Amino acid sequence: MGIQTDPRLAFAEAGSPVPMGMLCELTHRCPLQCPYCSNPLELERKSAELDVEAWCRVFREAAALGVLQVHLSGGEPAARRDLEQIVEGCRDAGLYANLITAGVNIDRARLERLEAAGLDHVQLSFQGADAETTALVSHMKDAHSRKRAFAREVVDLGLPLTINAVIHRANIEQIDDFIALALEFGARRIEIAHAQYYGWALANRAALMPTRAQTERAIARVEAARARLKGRLTIDSVIPDYHARYPKACMNGWGRQSINVTPAGKVLPCHAAETIPGLEFWNVAEHSLGDIWRDSPAFAAYRGTSWMNERCRSCDRREIDWGGCRCQALALTGDASETDPVCQLSPYHQRVHQLAQEESVRIVEGFRYRRPS
Amino acid sequence: MSDLTRTPQLIRGVRMREDPARGGWVLLAPERVFKLDEIGREILSRVDGERSLETIVASLAAAFEAEPERIAADVVAFLDGLAERQVLAFR
Ligand code: SF4
Ligand code: SF4
Repeated sequence: MGIQTDPRLAFAEAGSPVPMGMLCELTHRCPLQCPYCSNPLELERKSAELDVEAWCRVFREAAALGVLQVHLSGGEPAARRDLEQIVEGCRDAGLYANLITAGVNIDRARLERLEAAGLDHVQLSFQGADAETTALVSHMKDAHSRKRAFAREVVDLGLPLTINAVIHRANIEQIDDFIALALEFGARRIEIAHAQYYGWALANRAALMPTRAQTERAIARVEAARARLKGRLTIDSVIPDYHARYPKACMNGWGRQSINVTPAGKVLPCHAAETIPGLEFWNVAEHSLGDIWRDSPAFAAYRGTSWMNERCRSCDRREIDWGGCRCQALALTGDASETDPVCQLSPYHQRVHQLAQEESVRIVEGFRYRRPS
Repeated sequence: MSDLTRTPQLIRGVRMREDPARGGWVLLAPERVFKLDEIGREILSRVDGERSLETIVASLAAAFEAEPERIAADVVAFLDGLAERQVLAFR
């Protein structure tokens, strides 16, 4: 079938979903240049960013739709001077405000203002578990010491802290060190997220992809730490896909739980959805969030099951993994409506495994750092 | 671990609120949402960082006309489970 063009049908088929979480890319500006950044290769300019009033309206509409948690992300959200007002607008709408930051440009005074505005939680990224790796991956010399100082301020203020580490070949042997870092700060939660290959990460795949043995070692370390630290540190991990047998339920299914808003107000079913050609996204400047959620062509496109090919549509896992990730299907097969090739039932599955093996042994010179073109 | 003198408290960053869009109540925590049933909500509405487990159990027993001994284990198991998930702590 390829793509669903009847929004009402798709909405009914997916069980009239109510969104839970909304990721807001407040800006694409960022002082770091991580080579796996999930922002698109075409970064949005500052002049196109939504203003505070627009964000506050979006928060109110989101709350009315059923959204509970908002993730204030970027780029680096603190690159916006009005972040405090944005946090306040989020809390005024009754939403849970989670700040996702690189933590290199927020000083104590600003953090206190954010806290006063009602910030609920801070998620801080670490590119490496030591200064050298963090500098290499983020392309900022003193990023590590800045992040360390920021983590201490967060905990000192009593705000709950999550450490986030995106894992790839340059830091995959540091799993235990990342966990030690989280414990040292008194973080309650750590996310060990293996890089997912689209956008910048796809451009850098050959430099980022770990070997299968490394990946298995990393998974075992996470398992061991989880058992050891139960009740002290919550360890969530996003398992690397290329070595798996079935795909993840990407976003828990297209248009079922999540909303992603770009700096300019475009609303996407997931942050990588713009890599799929031919989808029509609606903008909060022209439509209410509720209309976009129910009726926009991009949300309808892969919602429910009737867009699926025969393989997925007749499979009893179709409402478990919803056919996997559309962006990954596109990146690896050239067709966004294909079965996610991570699935062992996909005819492209072998090729994915081969690619994972080949790229992880290929020697490449360095990263293509994320920066505006 | 069923020491009833312990006092439970939701940790910072965890909030209980109504969920009108889906119905019922939820516990919002960092990157997760716990859906509460009626009993969970009744228990948590008594968790304020002041009342001990013993007081909470007594209050629930009075409200639902049950024997404190009969409900204590369930209440403790529920709250210990939340503590393990790091949304609640005891002092
Ligand atoms: S992944 Fe790195 S470059 Fe991208 S927004 Fe986050 S900190 Fe900035
Ligand atoms: S065939 Fe499709 S629905 Fe079945 S497991 Fe594979 S990806 Fe999931």
